Parts: sequence; C-alpha cells; structure tokens
Amino acid sequence: MEISWRDLITVFHGMGFGALFMLAFTGAIAELYRMSAPGAPAVPSERDQTLLRLYLIGMVVLSWAAVLTGAYLVYPWYRALPPAGTTDLSAFPQAFLSSSPSTREWHDLGMEWKENVAWIAPISMTMVAYVYAKYRAVLAKHLRLRKAVLVFTLAAFLATGVAGLFGAFLNKYAPVRGGATIQLIKGE
Amino acid sequence: MSAMQKPSAPQDLPNGPGAAAMLAAGIGATTVGLFSLLRDAFSGIAHFFNFYGPTGPLSGVTTSAVAVWLIAWYVLGTKWREQEVNLARVGTVAFVLLAIGFALTFPPIMDVLQGK
Repeated sequence: MEISWRDLITVFHGMGFGALFMLAFTGAIAELYRMSAPGAPAVPSERDQTLLRLYLIGMVVLSWAAVLTGAYLVYPWYRALPPAGTTDLSAFPQAFLSSSPSTREWHDLGMEWKENVAWIAPISMTMVAYVYAKYRAVLAKHLRLRKAVLVFTLAAFLATGVAGLFGAFLNKYAPVRGGATIQLIKGE
Repeated sequence: MSAMQKPSAPQDLPNGPGAAAMLAAGIGATTVGLFSLLRDAFSGIAHFFNFYGPTGPLSGVTTSAVAVWLIAWYVLGTKWREQEVNLARVGTVAFVLLAIGFALTFPPIMDVLQGK
C-alpha cells in the first residue's frame, strides 16, 4: 500500500486539519450555547470552562493549520503551470480542469471561492476563542456578545463547509498527486 | 462537563474587548473579500499581491488581510479596553462586514461587480 508525498500532504490538509476542524463544530456550538445561555441551571465549573477554552484553542490551531497547509503546500502543486507542449495534464490540476468546458467551473467557481472564503474561518474562530477565553461564564451576562460568538462560529462553519466541499470534489476530479512514493504497508 | 461551581471570571468585565475582537473579525472578513476582488479585477494589484511565487497572489491577499485584521483588532482593543460600547451597533456593523466578506469571495458576485 503506497501513497505519494503530495497525496499524503493533501490528506493532512483536508482530513487531518480541515475535517477534524469541521467535526469539532457540533461540540463547540452545543457547548458554547449550553454553558453561556441565560437561565442555565448553574455556572459552569472552572474545569468545564478550561476544557471549553482548550477545545476552542484546539479548533483555532486546526483552522490555521488547514488554511496554511492549503495555501502554502497544496495550492502551489495545484496551480503549477505545465511546460509548453505538455499533453498529459493530469499532474497539473488547475490546467487540467481549465482545459475542458465540462470541468472548468470546478476551478473558476470551486477553487476560486474556496481559496478565499476559507480564510474567514480561522479569523472567526480566533475571535470566538478569544472572547470565550476572556469572558468565560460571564459571557452569559453579555447577550449580544454571546450571540456574536455563535454567529461567528456558524460563519466559520459555513466557510469551512464551502472549502471542504469543493476541496473534496476538486480532489476527486483533479487530484494533487506526485512526489516521492511512500510505502505504508508492504504487500505479501 | 457536568460539575458546576462558582465562576472565576471578573463579573464587571466591560464589553469593549469583546466588541473590538468582533468588529476586527468583521473587518478581517471584509478585507479578505475586498482584496480578492481587487486581485481579480486588476492585474497590477494581482502582481503586487504576489508575495510568494508558488502560491501566487493568494499569498499577498491573505497575508495582507490577516495583517489588516490584526492591526484593526489591536487599535480597537486598545481604544475600547476599559469601555462599555454600544454592542447592538458594533454587532450589526460586524455582521454586515462578515456578510460582505462572504459575498465578495463568491466568484459570481465578483464577476457582476467587474461587469463580466
């Protein structure tokens, strides 16, 4: 069982950071609402607050790791220009997608949107984590601030959803492959 | 996470620092969209944003937007550190900026704004 170096990095970008970040949203939204909602039965313990703070900081790290690996590791491989006269464009995803009317929009709409909107996620999540870390349980007293935290969390979720959805499709139609081959399991 | 006890965060914390973070995030989102649009519309600006060759103009768009976001956060955070601000107004502005940021990153809207 083998995988190419570029495939491996793309998996880290998409599944290791992006998908894990996406999965974390349900917990964050539910817990932010539960712990800071007015009329909650009691104030969360220091331990609970610390756990949520660490959880949100973990999400911030994942979101920045996803956009930075995407922009600076995977994207350069995606947008690499083929040498003049190249007929097999499979190693040049952007050129490959743009070469046919049936796939062009995957780049023109999908990648063009994904590469920009994705950056709204870490900016929003950093704000959410900061505000929670700053206010903790007192957030319940600041209704509008609590609503803003939830709105920005949902915005980060939406931005990540767009980026993740198009990332998955782009990697299906024009996968980023190449580089050294890594043997994961030796066949019998 | 079920154990409950007394909170430790200061009860009289002003809303200024939170409002500053919120508005700065809105500014950051809008800046991402605005710089993306400018890069798409003007080849000279795209060339300017080419901070890192392999990534192309995206490197400058996002690096600059992150810089604007952090500067805005620092300035607003310093100004509102000890203040109570009108969160309804700041929140509305932040949400509008966030929505503009999303809209400006959407290619069909970029095309309409450029008359394509």
